[in-house]
Amino acid sequence: MELIKLTIDNRTVEVEKGTTIFHAAKKLDITIPTLCYMNLKDLNIEHKPGGCRICVVEVEGRRNLAPACATECFEGMDVKTHSVRVLNARRTVLELIISDHPFDCLICAKSGKCDLQDMAVKLGVRDIPFQGEKSTYKPDYSPAIIRDIDKCIMCRRCETMCNDFQTVGVLSGIHRGFEAVVAPAFERDLDHSECTYCGQCVAVCPTAALTEVDHTQQLINDLSNPNKTVVVQTAPAVRAALGEEFGMEPGTLVTGKMVAALRQLGFHFVFDTDFAADLTIMEEGTEMLDRLTRHLEGDKEVKLPILTSCCPGWVNFFEYYYPDMMDIPSTARSPQQMFGAIAKTYFAEKQKIDRKDMVVVSIMPCVAKKYECTREEFATDGSPDVDYSISTRELASLIKQANINFNLLPDEDFDKPMGESTGAAVIFGTTGGVIEAAARTAYELHTGKSLEKVDFEALRGFEGIRSATVDFNGVDINIGIAHGLGNARKLLDEVKAGKSKYHAIEIMACPGGCIGGGGQPLHHGDSSIIKARAKAIYAEDKGKKLRKSHENPDIIKLYDEYLGKPGSELAHKLLHTHYFDKKAKQVLLD
Amino acid sequence: MTSIKVKLKESDVQKLKEVAKSFNNEAGELINVLHKAQEIFGYLPAEVQEVVAQELTIPVAKVYGVVTFYSFFTMLPRGRFPISICTGTACYVRGAEKVLDEFKRILKVPVGETTADGKFSITCLRCVGACGLAPVVMVGDKTYGRVTTDGVKEILKEYENED
Repeated sequence: MELIKLTIDNRTVEVEKGTTIFHAAKKLDITIPTLCYMNLKDLNIEHKPGGCRICVVEVEGRRNLAPACATECFEGMDVKTHSVRVLNARRTVLELIISDHPFDCLICAKSGKCDLQDMAVKLGVRDIPFQGEKSTYKPDYSPAIIRDIDKCIMCRRCETMCNDFQTVGVLSGIHRGFEAVVAPAFERDLDHSECTYCGQCVAVCPTAALTEVDHTQQLINDLSNPNKTVVVQTAPAVRAALGEEFGMEPGTLVTGKMVAALRQLGFHFVFDTDFAADLTIMEEGTEMLDRLTRHLEGDKEVKLPILTSCCPGWVNFFEYYYPDMMDIPSTARSPQQMFGAIAKTYFAEKQKIDRKDMVVVSIMPCVAKKYECTREEFATDGSPDVDYSISTRELASLIKQANINFNLLPDEDFDKPMGESTGAAVIFGTTGGVIEAAARTAYELHTGKSLEKVDFEALRGFEGIRSATVDFNGVDINIGIAHGLGNARKLLDEVKAGKSKYHAIEIMACPGGCIGGGGQPLHHGDSSIIKARAKAIYAEDKGKKLRKSHENPDIIKLYDEYLGKPGSELAHKLLHTHYFDKKAKQVLLD
Repeated sequence: MTSIKVKLKESDVQKLKEVAKSFNNEAGELINVLHKAQEIFGYLPAEVQEVVAQELTIPVAKVYGVVTFYSFFTMLPRGRFPISICTGTACYVRGAEKVLDEFKRILKVPVGETTADGKFSITCLRCVGACGLAPVVMVGDKTYGRVTTDGVKEILKEYENED
């Protein structure tokens, strides 16, 4: 490997040939400021379009300034990262970007978390000397994501996530010069595009050009309505990330504090989506076992592999891109929707609450969940099973608004019965978790034996596509796992071509699974944060007394008292769903 | 970009597929494929772009990105008498903008669009290599030199009875 010696700000550094100035400077602990650069190294995504021009540096002997993120080092290079020329150019570039940006920072959804705002503070911008035309685009409101393109600074990170990582390809840079924007084809709104609402564009947007639909005001109204019983469910990934919004280290588990905060906010029942995750395993696991048993008995009609169906971004993806394979995913609803269906029937009946007086709210690490709960099939007589979903970020904002000192809250427990859960449910929050949970239950139900070791370590990790073989009492079950829709596409294309070796596949749309969801605290391009959250999830699983879904006593009771057995007629009505060919719908809409 | 809706005939789709195939359905050939497509259809409606995207296996948003980036590509059918006003440096300093404004005023369409009757369309181009005749206007293949704002009406008059 060839090494190169260069000087940055009068300090010598040695780097491998091909290293950019940006990375060489990092070696000297110099972080060159940038607005467009993004490096998710655990996902092999490096976005360095050299577009924002904030990272310019002076290179001795070079006529113009060089973008540090896109310029490779050479032997003997002499770089100045903070000469007067650099500082002036950097400030001018920023002033020009801001000159075409709205000045509504005080009331902006991204205020306090905006990279552009931070940069203006960092570079000490006090005046915008450039005045001229400003962009005026109509905001685009979809059920999950808002595009306010006046706030776009053309960093094009969203495009990289949408195209390279997710292979959805809805967003692209269009037009040129001053008119250039990132938009769907033919400037359709997101709702009329093939957007899966995965929210990864939102997760990486440096400004408020892409944000989630905000439901916090609606929640405040419902909580203050004396005629409403407001029930909340919290997804597993939320507890592993919420603490970050309050200055805690990534990977700090805040389950107990979160429950206490929700109670203080005034929710009548603080429940756990994990309860419904255990329920999902009962239904999905039964379906999986049924298909596997039939397959092993030689039934040629049976569809394998079975695919998980808890991730709404993923469901949208196959409805758009693989409508001919809609009979392969499990018909089990997602935990969010199972929770809503049970809360508004079983639990409402128990509590003698009229369905119309109950509001079910979910706290999700996800943007697509906002869309999922609006799907018509998840409503009874126009009343949705889950009324709306708020993101981890929205919950943090609400706790701050309510002036609750989160860090000093005592740990509290979820309410019963829909707050009881096992370790199998917690790991739903990370890639590989759903299939591990399913394996724990399917193994025991299939073999009748107790698992010696509950942890299926072969299913864990951060690789985009993973596979493992699990021994089901002499029968090898091949399991595939993908996170990120681009990785999912690879596994699906294998299935389509009849070349898949898998019996079951878990798919999550977001990097790392739900812990890297579009509704989580912003990672600002640091993927080690997502890894820390995964660790927290597995720690919570390990600390649980019960770690297999079928051992959850309140799930057993739910079947005894209400549903009968997994896959029963009532279970099908409340806990299963069907899918739609969205490609066809798209054509009709046009 | 303003556009119009069309329903492509099966034979049109077939033609497009052949064009894509002649470029080995390679994504890198997008611009060449679009060139050919515009040659065939005269413009690039959304429906054409969708077929191109499908044939080259690239997102249609990317195709649209390229179509909107290059001023050569258009999503609107050009008029039967396409008017091109040169706004290159020489023509510009000799009053091309006023000439352009006069065409826009009389025909009541902006640059890049076509009159409702489909007769005229206005586009700008950069230098036809006849700077001595600046400002230059072309209608179809016919060139007009030293055009003044008063001359605009006269040019249009020539086409009054043509269709």
